[in-house]
Amino acid sequence: MSQLVLEAKNLSRTYKLAKGASGSGRALRHALIDMNMKINSGDRVGIVGESGSGKTTLVRLLLGLDTPTSGSVEFKGQALIAGKMPWLRKEVQIVFQDPRSSLDPRMKISEIIREPLVCLNIQEDHNARIDEVLDSVGLDRAMRDRYPHELSGGQRQRVAIARALAPRPTVLIADEPVSALDVLVRDQILELIAALTNSLGITLILVSHDLSVIARLCDRVIVMKDGVVVESGNTRQVFDAPAHEFTRALITAIPRLPESR
Amino acid sequence: MSLLEVRDLTISFGSKKVVDCISFTLEKGARIGLIGESGSGKSMTSLAIMGLLPDTATISGSITFEGQELIGLSDREHSRLRGNRIGMVFQEPLTALNPLMRIGKQIAGPLMIHKGSSLKEGLKKALELCTKVGLPDPDRILRAYPHQLSGGQRQRIGLAIALACEPALLIADEPTTALDVTVQREVLNLINALVDKEGSSLIFVTHDLPVVSAMTENVAVMQLGKIVENASVASLFHEPAHEYSRRLISAARLAEDSFSGKGGQL
Repeated sequence: MSQLVLEAKNLSRTYKLAKGASGSGRALRHALIDMNMKINSGDRVGIVGESGSGKTTLVRLLLGLDTPTSGSVEFKGQALIAGKMPWLRKEVQIVFQDPRSSLDPRMKISEIIREPLVCLNIQEDHNARIDEVLDSVGLDRAMRDRYPHELSGGQRQRVAIARALAPRPTVLIADEPVSALDVLVRDQILELIAALTNSLGITLILVSHDLSVIARLCDRVIVMKDGVVVESGNTRQVFDAPAHEFTRALITAIPRLPESR
Repeated sequence: MSLLEVRDLTISFGSKKVVDCISFTLEKGARIGLIGESGSGKSMTSLAIMGLLPDTATISGSITFEGQELIGLSDREHSRLRGNRIGMVFQEPLTALNPLMRIGKQIAGPLMIHKGSSLKEGLKKALELCTKVGLPDPDRILRAYPHQLSGGQRQRIGLAIALACEPALLIADEPTTALDVTVQREVLNLINALVDKEGSSLIFVTHDLPVVSAMTENVAVMQLGKIVENASVASLFHEPAHEYSRRLISAARLAEDSFSGKGGQL
């Protein structure tokens, strides 16, 4: 039976722009407007939208890294308060877009994966857990003593996934996890994310501007534009028969390969 | 005589060869796509043509453009071609534009340097160019700074600067990678239309197979500094000769199939 894990209730976030950016006074940017969303345990939800659509604002709020202007995010019924709930990081983890900037260049791979185990005070043999997650993301245990710059882009993203999974989270948020990677590496990472979230029963929230990535991994999709959800539903239904004009525009804009089969 | 002839071009940094003995030619008005993953040497090739390689690079072979050998040119000689006979559009328009200079002056720049225009003449031409690249309200745009424009607008400005002196060759290096997909579509259509209208030749550098297939008739597939296959778009997709081309194509097909529902879900 699936249980409600994360819920956004009338969630809004408004930023004040810098003084004078628009001439007079301090203009407001409504990054997220009255959003409602329910994510159940084991869901695989895709969030798609262009730059400025509010994807990143939503991710920050779901992670409890930011305070909503109004409305709330609840994790299993408990409203999040930014910075006041260290336990939340054990439950909700993130993989960022670019592993070159999300991994500390001065830390060895083992230290990178150990850090959340130490910070979250997880009571188990850390060395054994590090080996375990390295195995599960398909990296050789000998990688423990390497530094990020010695790894390829795909390997680095595997490290970022290993770090996120180390504390055994219930929810994994992946924010554009393959856009910084080469085409031939992308699919391996997508397969890895799918396999791991499936086998571990982790709830997946995948943010991407790439509809094919969402189609590959997610059962449900939420299409955002200018801080508002314009359409959501079953991935196949939304992509096969988009109801909103913006979703149609996104789909027709995708460059296609020439027909040759 | 071909407009551009690259023969046995090799670029190394120390003992590491980043471009390894590649050759291709480009006729006047023709288009070629350079496709490959990171580290394939596609950007280094276009920088070599522009004369923008770092000083630490060693370069051998030959690049002739309009009958002139480019390898061995002094920076001063090369700069007479840059932005004049050869225009270039870069990936990230925010870093390619000068953040401290108003747009008008940046578009007028190449006209003042290469065509001897006054600032006033340059700005007048800049106004026309803004309209040509489809920017509304060009008067306001010319007075704006880059940070006041959207990504798509900035890339249109990049294109206006590159085309200001009516170059014989336009090099576009991942010009839409930093853009949203709907904006990408508009910018690609614009490049297509302008290159057609001006009769320039085009070198289109990208990692994105579907994009290149919409832009050029020929594609050179690069891997680890070598051109592993140079073919027409049609024959590349029908019967890719090299194993690496086949892998690139099947990755792109997989993405397309999963989107259209044929590929299934992971």
